[in-house]
Amino acid sequence: MNTHLGANFLNSILSHPLASTLLIVASWPVIAIACLLRPHSIRYVARFLFPVGAVLCVGMFLLAGGFLIGGHAPEVMTLPLGLPDLPFHLRLDALSAFFLMILGLSGAGISTFAAGYFRSGEGTAHGLLGLHYHVFLASMAVVMLADDAYLFMVAWETMALASYFLVTSQHRLPEIRRAGFLYLLMAHLGAVCILLSFGVMQGGSWQFTLDAMRSASLTPFWATAAFTLALLGFGAKAGLVPMHVWLPEAHPAAPSPVSAMMSGLMLKTAIYGLLRITFDLLHVQSWRWGVVVLTLGIFSALYGAVFAAVQTDMKRLLAYSSIENIGLIFTGIGLSILFAASNMRLYAALALAAALIHALNHSLFKSLLFLATGSVLHATRHRSLGKLGGLIRPMPWVAGLALIGTLAIAGLPPLNGFVSEWLLLQSFLYTPQLPHAFINMLIPLGAAALALTVALAAYVMVKFYGVIFLGQPRETLLSEAHDANWLERIGLAWLAAGCVAIGVQPQLALHAAGKTTGMLLGQTIASDPSVWRIAPIAPEQASYSGWVFLAVILCVVGVTFLAVRLIAHGRMRRTPAWDCGYPWQTSRMQDTAEGFGQPIRHMFGAFFWMERDLPSASDLTPRYRVYIEDRFWRALYKPIAAAVQRLADAVSFLQGGRLAFYLLYSFLTLLGLLVFVL
Amino acid sequence: MRGVAFVWQFGEVLLAIALAPLFSGWIAQCRAWMQNRTAPPLTQPYRMLRKLFHKDAVLAENASRLFRTAPYVLFGTMVLAAAIIPSVVTDLPFAHAADAIALIGLFATARVFQALAAMDVGTAFGTLGARREMMIGFLAEPAILMVFFNAFLLFGTTALTGMVDNYATHPSAIDPSVVFAAIAFVMVLLAENARIPIDNPTTHLELTMIHEAMVLEYSARHLALIEWASSLKLFNYACIGIALFLPWGIAIHGATVGAVLIALVTLVVKLALCGAMLALIESVSAKLRIFRAPEFMAMAFLIAVLGLLVHLLLGGNTGA
Repeated sequence: MNTHLGANFLNSILSHPLASTLLIVASWPVIAIACLLRPHSIRYVARFLFPVGAVLCVGMFLLAGGFLIGGHAPEVMTLPLGLPDLPFHLRLDALSAFFLMILGLSGAGISTFAAGYFRSGEGTAHGLLGLHYHVFLASMAVVMLADDAYLFMVAWETMALASYFLVTSQHRLPEIRRAGFLYLLMAHLGAVCILLSFGVMQGGSWQFTLDAMRSASLTPFWATAAFTLALLGFGAKAGLVPMHVWLPEAHPAAPSPVSAMMSGLMLKTAIYGLLRITFDLLHVQSWRWGVVVLTLGIFSALYGAVFAAVQTDMKRLLAYSSIENIGLIFTGIGLSILFAASNMRLYAALALAAALIHALNHSLFKSLLFLATGSVLHATRHRSLGKLGGLIRPMPWVAGLALIGTLAIAGLPPLNGFVSEWLLLQSFLYTPQLPHAFINMLIPLGAAALALTVALAAYVMVKFYGVIFLGQPRETLLSEAHDANWLERIGLAWLAAGCVAIGVQPQLALHAAGKTTGMLLGQTIASDPSVWRIAPIAPEQASYSGWVFLAVILCVVGVTFLAVRLIAHGRMRRTPAWDCGYPWQTSRMQDTAEGFGQPIRHMFGAFFWMERDLPSASDLTPRYRVYIEDRFWRALYKPIAAAVQRLADAVSFLQGGRLAFYLLYSFLTLLGLLVFVL
Repeated sequence: MRGVAFVWQFGEVLLAIALAPLFSGWIAQCRAWMQNRTAPPLTQPYRMLRKLFHKDAVLAENASRLFRTAPYVLFGTMVLAAAIIPSVVTDLPFAHAADAIALIGLFATARVFQALAAMDVGTAFGTLGARREMMIGFLAEPAILMVFFNAFLLFGTTALTGMVDNYATHPSAIDPSVVFAAIAFVMVLLAENARIPIDNPTTHLELTMIHEAMVLEYSARHLALIEWASSLKLFNYACIGIALFLPWGIAIHGATVGAVLIALVTLVVKLALCGAMLALIESVSAKLRIFRAPEFMAMAFLIAVLGLLVHLLLGGNTGA
């Protein structure tokens, strides 16, 4: 009887996916408000409410994944809320389901970790953090479900505000307030662009549902205008170079679970928005869009990787690495636009699937690494790489799970990062067939830039992991660091398991992404007859099997281990490190984070604005200092800020501070308007 | 029929594991001859391995589990690579697990593990070696990718076995771009396998070391596995080069036992010639300063790109 009821319940959930999704989305604000009941109790807010939110995330993952794999038709719903003549429209389709799946999958891990992360006496009260956190989650989900511009913008701005409050949770530190301000500023500039883009897309019909925009026919000029505005707006949110400057400031300022949410999930809402507008609403009208997105993507990827390599703060390093990964996703999108506009649907689907899977992968491994830095921060109180080292010994759990994330983000088989990068490189192989002269010769070089980026990412991650977890501790207190607690471990392990699962069994992810490309491009990915491998175009052209990689390597490791033990022996003794016979080895003789970045500074000097103090030979207290700044600050942002300041100074005489003048201004404005209207 | 394929598969892997130290020994012997030195016997690498396996392992006090696992992982990745690369037969069941691009990823996995293990003990030379190795790695990857891109344009596949099958059945598909790709590939091979002019495998000067600096803290069985994996890596690279540029004689799909035996003999002859060539290149060139390495790798990359452009501009017979 019970199983029958259960089956009925399951059936009703599956037959009303949108309603069930809404129920979950609505539960998050309920948790958010519940957080305020006892805002200072860690046991209530962190240990009870956050795990409930995590379970809801798992539910969201299963629901969205089920919707996607089941291949349901899009489902729409209208809620009697919002403006009088514009109720809230909602829509669940393959695109939103894919991103909701990402939200649920990574959100579950992050919430579980957050449950164990909050400590007493850190910044804002826990209840307030919990409130903003769950509002943030819910608003991201609504962004993906919104089917009219009004609801989309409301959710988008709620998301920006909630994340602003989370970033500034330690608002007593002035640099965190500055980072928060910069973030809010860029978020609003982006939002204005998105709003304008929607304004262009309604095309004079004053219909603000996405359905109306989908069927509106725009001239190529206005379509390109809408696309450019959308690219600017979503690019600012995603951290595309040159609109990336807020990202390395805001991500390190936030508490680690929030950094993970912003980097792992919030950046993906921008990807979602760009895909929705470019493919679903504007129907990819020009291949030139693809060239622009591709160029920006490759440049961002390289730029992010190069800057990540010279960072000395572990969270800033990860933030720049996010710019790199966003660049890779945009590269995939750009290729897909290029192929789609040239009517090569299969390759377009391949490139888009690569971008989608990379978004999924990035949300997993970047969240994992940000959370791991949170554990390190709690255990050591240090964020600077120069004060860490050797943590693999006191913190084996965090080190082991972070190793999986490190290998995954470095794009190494058999983990998930490799799968999406492999798919992306595969789609590059077909670019010489594009029907545009010169473009088809230049784009293959993009593949080389991509390979350089991916290999640089491996360099960055060796630095990240090696300096934090390996070697000798650079401070004496580090050997007393404590490992993560069990809730944190579960959160990390969940994300690490995702990395491994997608790496060895990428078929499911590819299948899910194929449903989304099917909706956006009318072309799914050909399924391979063998369940053991992926072969997106044809098995005889290229195939990859994570299972074989993992199984063969593990087998050989096991057999070799046994063979060495059987044929030779397993004797071993411990002595001080040899280091070519040099006996006075100290931890200060290892490479520092600056030292590890030195070859990159040497080779990519053109990227940086650099200031160095080199000690002279006769200095009694020699100090080496290097300061690196983004060139875009000086070249782009400071002139704009100065111009705005000058403009404000120029008009400041209008503000005399006397009421009579202000009334006069209003009167004159009114007069002017009347003349204009009449 | 598949059973036979698995037999060939395992035979080929065992052959690679067994022959790899011999190949390194052969290069060392050729080098000694060319430099007018008395050559060590061909079996020297085997004696070395035997000696190392029987010594007691000495580990640094703070070496972690990662340090002890890395040699096994390194060996495992190189064995897997040997299983994927067609050297004697092309009907390899495991070859479907990876195409040439995945093979680059596999080598990258080995490189990252070795660099991480080198940083584990926290000595000055270890981290120095790790940093340099990763630097050479990210410079080499774009070049090798362009070589495979070129091969894809010629044969319409990135699967190594598919390329070889295509090549062996259409020997007329020779294209001028292949010459460029071959030069670029040899340059990458030298850099990736710690040979002169990028690194010196026999160096005793710590400050110029790359590969050797990373393995300074290793001893006994761990060092033996690393050395074996390195020679296997060189063997694998040589086999990739042979498969891409000199595939004639290899036993393609459905070959008989006789054909496989012929393929085996041809492979040995080709490897001997390649080894002699490598020794010659190493003997006539000087080791570059570490910061000249980017120039060397940029040269390899540009040559590969030139090959690609030659192919595209001449509008060659694109297999894709």
